[in-house]
Amino acid sequence: MSHIVLEHLVKEFKGGVRGVDDVSLEIAKGEILILVGPSGCGKTTTLRMIAGLEDPTSGRILFSGKDVTHLPPEKRNVGFVFQNYALFPNMTVAQNVAFGLTIRKAPPDLIKKKVDSLLGFMGISNLANRRPNELSGGQQQRVAFARALAIEPEILLLDEPLSALDAKLRDNLRVELARLLDELKLTTVYVTHDQSEAMGLGHRIAVMNQGRVVQCDTPRQIYQNPANAFVASFIGRTNLLRGKVAGEPGSLRVDLGFTQVGLTADPGAREVTVIIRPEDLVLVQPGESPDMEILVTEALFYGQTVRVVGRADDETEIVADLENSATVKRGDRVGLRIRPGKMLVKAMADAPGRN
Amino acid sequence: MRKNTWLDVVFISVGVLVAAFLIVPVVISILGSFSAYWTTSLFSQGFTLKWYQYVWENYGHTIRFSVMIAVFAVVADVLIGVPLGYALTRSNSRWMKLLEEITALPVAVPGTAVALALVQTHAFMRGSWLFLAIGHVVVTLPLVVRPVAAAMRTAQLRALEEAAASLGASRITRLLRVVFPNIRGAILAGALMALTMSMGEFNLTFFLYTPLTMTMPVGLYESYASLRIEIGSAYTTIFLAITLPLMLLVQYLGGESTLRARGGGV
Repeated sequence: MSHIVLEHLVKEFKGGVRGVDDVSLEIAKGEILILVGPSGCGKTTTLRMIAGLEDPTSGRILFSGKDVTHLPPEKRNVGFVFQNYALFPNMTVAQNVAFGLTIRKAPPDLIKKKVDSLLGFMGISNLANRRPNELSGGQQQRVAFARALAIEPEILLLDEPLSALDAKLRDNLRVELARLLDELKLTTVYVTHDQSEAMGLGHRIAVMNQGRVVQCDTPRQIYQNPANAFVASFIGRTNLLRGKVAGEPGSLRVDLGFTQVGLTADPGAREVTVIIRPEDLVLVQPGESPDMEILVTEALFYGQTVRVVGRADDETEIVADLENSATVKRGDRVGLRIRPGKMLVKAMADAPGRN
Repeated sequence: MRKNTWLDVVFISVGVLVAAFLIVPVVISILGSFSAYWTTSLFSQGFTLKWYQYVWENYGHTIRFSVMIAVFAVVADVLIGVPLGYALTRSNSRWMKLLEEITALPVAVPGTAVALALVQTHAFMRGSWLFLAIGHVVVTLPLVVRPVAAAMRTAQLRALEEAAASLGASRITRLLRVVFPNIRGAILAGALMALTMSMGEFNLTFFLYTPLTMTMPVGLYESYASLRIEIGSAYTTIFLAITLPLMLLVQYLGGESTLRARGGGV
């Protein structure tokens, strides 16, 4: 049985705007699910409904098969880490962490033991008697984590826990967070707008847009087989091209305007969106015929790869991440090949967010 | 090298003049209250405490009554103002915004107008001390509602309450352990302001009082208008002895809560 089930969840705001529009998800026990999407896509509202901080307009929420749709947050036993941590300023770090346990009237010596071990686990034992306003952002984040874990929740909900930190600290904490979540083995729902956070942390990713879940799958599938152009463009840099299918069955081709590429399967539509990841473009070897030719407008050495930005004959912009042995410079005319089987062709109707 | 020394001199002179303008009459008044017979010189006829005795015997009831009214008003202000401030910050509705403006109205409307309105609508209560007390609640309520609402907004109380709820705290527990401790300073500051304001309120009180419900400021007015200047001075001194410490406490608490607000971003 799934640990968390969301059934046709809808949240309508004032004026009839649907912040969350028919979201259904099943999250297994111990799974880490990432809700990712641009701001305003409904990911935070969905999370808040799971926590009980927001009342759904319609739909159901089940925890282990039990309907909790209208249960108040204090009865759900869900650990929630807030974006701005929301630490109690009138309490010390230790009191913050102990809060949930004192509410449950746990014996004082047990509370003390638990708080000590959690502060130790988070590496902040030395901060026990400080006040939140004396802590750095990263320290506050750890306290918020410890506080949410103290109540031994079965479900952990995280609302952009890294977004309030500066970039460098965020990178460090992301690695730490990945290890922490792995150790905890809690059913976790993690909201972020940062696709690299989503790729690194989740077992599955639900990509949201305009209140709906556009695709929910493993990071690998989301990246390699995006359901549509929106997912492809949101997760990682990509080449999104418009094309027309031409030719006879058996020798189908897609016409991209500046070039024609052979198809291995029938996409089932004439108007299509073609998705090619930058790393799936390679330089042609001598003697090979290129899939496309571009005029290089930028060549940036990234270390592992060289990012080449160029224009095809009809001014279409193409991005390619080439091996670092490639010696390409601005103004060069280069031929590129698509790695076999790495071109995704989607029916046009799937591409509302084409850019 | 500082160039603006002449500017400093100007600022200091203005400061001293303003202070003198405000403080000298008060000091003279205090000195006069100990004068046996205040003519051209203060103590030509000697020093006495008899005016204090006179004030205590004849106007002691106004002091006791003022304290009673002020305490009643403050208790009512806190009981009404804190939940009101909480409700105001919790709701985004336009009506709540309007309500907030309405609560602040008595600050802008003269006390006399409030008094006349009360007389017209609640004349049947005229003889009761409660009538005056309610008037004081009306004019002092904004002094509690405003700082409480402001503190609730700055302290991100909504997020704190949500955090407490997710940790298992019921509504009552959240109020007692999260909301209240974070606005305690604002409640105290507002309550002291209201206490001071009620003690010194004249405009409204002057229209509503009866001989049996005379407050300190009204008594003071009466003594200055119809009795010896030394008696008025003694009365003023007693008045100041009661209200000045309150004012200082308000100042001190105000400074403290500003400091806390600055250091205490959530």
